[in-house]
Amino acid sequence: MTPATIEDVEQRLRERKYIGDRALATSIFLALKLEKPLFIEGEAGVGKTEAAKVMADVLGARLIRLQCYEGIDLAHAVYEWNYPRQLLHIRLLDAGDDRRVAEREIYSPEFLLRRPLLDAIDNDDLTPPVLLIDEIDRSDEEFEAFLLELLSDFQVSIPEIGTIKAKRAPFVVITSNRTREVHDALKRRCLYHWIDYPDLEKEVEIVRARAPEAAGELAREVAALVQGLRGMDLYKVPGVSETLDWARSLAALGATRIDPTLVNATIGAALKYQEDLERVREQVPALVEKARGA
Amino acid sequence: MPEEAPDLLPRLGAFARLLHDAGMEAGPRRLTDATRALACVDLKRQADFRNSLRTVFVSRKDELPVFEAAFDIFWAPPDPRASAGVMPGRSRSLPMSPERAKAWSAALRLNTSQMNREQDPSTVPASSSGYSAEELLRHKDFDQMTWQETEQVRKLLEQAPWRVAERKTRRLRPAHAGRIDLRRSARHAIRSSGELIQLFHRRPRVRRRPLVLICDVSGSMERYSRLLMIFAHAIARREDLEAFVFSTRLTRITRLLRYRDLDRSLDSVSKGVHDFSGGTRIGDALSDFNRHWARRVLGHGAVVIIVSDGWDRGDPARLTAELIHLRRSSHRLIWLNPLLGSEGYQPLTRGMAAALPHCDDFLAAHNLKALDDLGRLLAGLNRRSRFR
Repeated sequence: MTPATIEDVEQRLRERKYIGDRALATSIFLALKLEKPLFIEGEAGVGKTEAAKVMADVLGARLIRLQCYEGIDLAHAVYEWNYPRQLLHIRLLDAGDDRRVAEREIYSPEFLLRRPLLDAIDNDDLTPPVLLIDEIDRSDEEFEAFLLELLSDFQVSIPEIGTIKAKRAPFVVITSNRTREVHDALKRRCLYHWIDYPDLEKEVEIVRARAPEAAGELAREVAALVQGLRGMDLYKVPGVSETLDWARSLAALGATRIDPTLVNATIGAALKYQEDLERVREQVPALVEKARGA
Repeated sequence: MPEEAPDLLPRLGAFARLLHDAGMEAGPRRLTDATRALACVDLKRQADFRNSLRTVFVSRKDELPVFEAAFDIFWAPPDPRASAGVMPGRSRSLPMSPERAKAWSAALRLNTSQMNREQDPSTVPASSSGYSAEELLRHKDFDQMTWQETEQVRKLLEQAPWRVAERKTRRLRPAHAGRIDLRRSARHAIRSSGELIQLFHRRPRVRRRPLVLICDVSGSMERYSRLLMIFAHAIARREDLEAFVFSTRLTRITRLLRYRDLDRSLDSVSKGVHDFSGGTRIGDALSDFNRHWARRVLGHGAVVIIVSDGWDRGDPARLTAELIHLRRSSHRLIWLNPLLGSEGYQPLTRGMAAALPHCDDFLAAHNLKALDDLGRLLAGLNRRSRFR
């Protein structure tokens, strides 16, 4: 089911209501062809994680997601032994049993807790899974160094069992919000794609596709409003996911067009800092005016 | 735009060299990837060709404009409109040393201005807060400091005994006390047929807090700025330091401080910063920092040090707002004021009066003794008492 051309990728993304540009389609296509991990960066809420999810769907593959956080280690990312079970098992043995046999028993796959990375490598899927390593910038350097090793040969060694090598390497997507710069060595193994905020036309298209409840002119007006906010001097500029939240909120209130009252009531969907809210409040009528004309 | 494949490989190699000279990573591995990538796409579609090379060669956001400029310069077809004085897509320029630029221009038959760093419009933003008329784009020479002075100050700073305070990380390491390490304990217990004879422990690893230094290098700070750069360089040698300077606008100098050699670092800073000794707009500089850098450099419980005399030509309300925000996103906000050391000084300048209530600590920075005080404060940071 691997896409044969860039157009093919584009079309399949579109069918699944992911509106990306041709550059993203090209990066995905090449990552599949070259069998390299795809490193996606962009501001929060531009659809990085979503891209990986849609890819899994496009390929008809399983999505395995590893959410990174500070201090994530092998026990959380790769595997851990099920110690309570092992202890119980060994206590249930008869005194006469050979201890070495017992040890071999309790270090068998049955006692292994498989975490996302092991799952992705040791797979029997017909289509190799999509491994999403989400928000890698939240993990620390030690984990990055480990990933570097994993991504170069797609194998994991478990001392008690041996080395497990991927029969078919998973398609790896790594995302980062760029809260810190990820090490070059890791990026060097990947193809890179920067997702920017969409322009007005594309954002309207995204709202229409993903928040169809925003009827009529609402989609265009909300998108235009967010585009207006992005031009302002804010601490946290709203992303596409905020646009969608906002459109859905307004639709839930039964709105078909925007007006200053509705916008003021729902602006919390787009702006998450008190300072930003204050700054925007007084300009809401002007922003609405402009968005309605767009 | 390549029409025939046979001719493409050497051209691609030359393009990789161009990217390399413009400061991007373009080694053999990348080149191989690029070749493989181009084999998969329709070369007649310029957009796909460009997208493919971009996804292979670029690996961070700042490299995007460099790539686009290099691509335009290298692959753009001769445009018929060029004769009319318009060169679409060829207006951007590449950051490159003058000799390299000259060599490339000759090789590609361009005129030099396109590749000259000084003409890069991105390094001289037109909108420097509407203040650009007064912004003094002067290059300061660091040569004036005597060699002995520099050496003395640096030695003293490097030998200073203090270290930045530590914070607990989320990563655990083996220890004699602390939380129980079930993994090790269980593994050990298996040897004794499942009896937990010995318990093992682990506790969080500690790391030093990152430091962020934001230095005022405007006209009124001129007497101190050289020394502050030496200070920054000395800390950068041993701590995790992000450094910025500002007068009318903010410039990140972290990478410029990396040279081991002080003079080389100072030289690169004076070349890289264009508004040494201009006017001051602290509020604008901090606003820029809050919006573009805070999320990237203030993780992991960072300590922020602002060095300024508080002579501000901007709006005090803005300064206050930005300081409140900055203080909330950092572990500790320290303001160093060189004037605080002078006799009878009162923080009465508008900027200083606005800033004072919002800083955790307010310290002098006019001599080495003052910097020692700072060092002691940094070493004992976990005690949350204010120092002013």
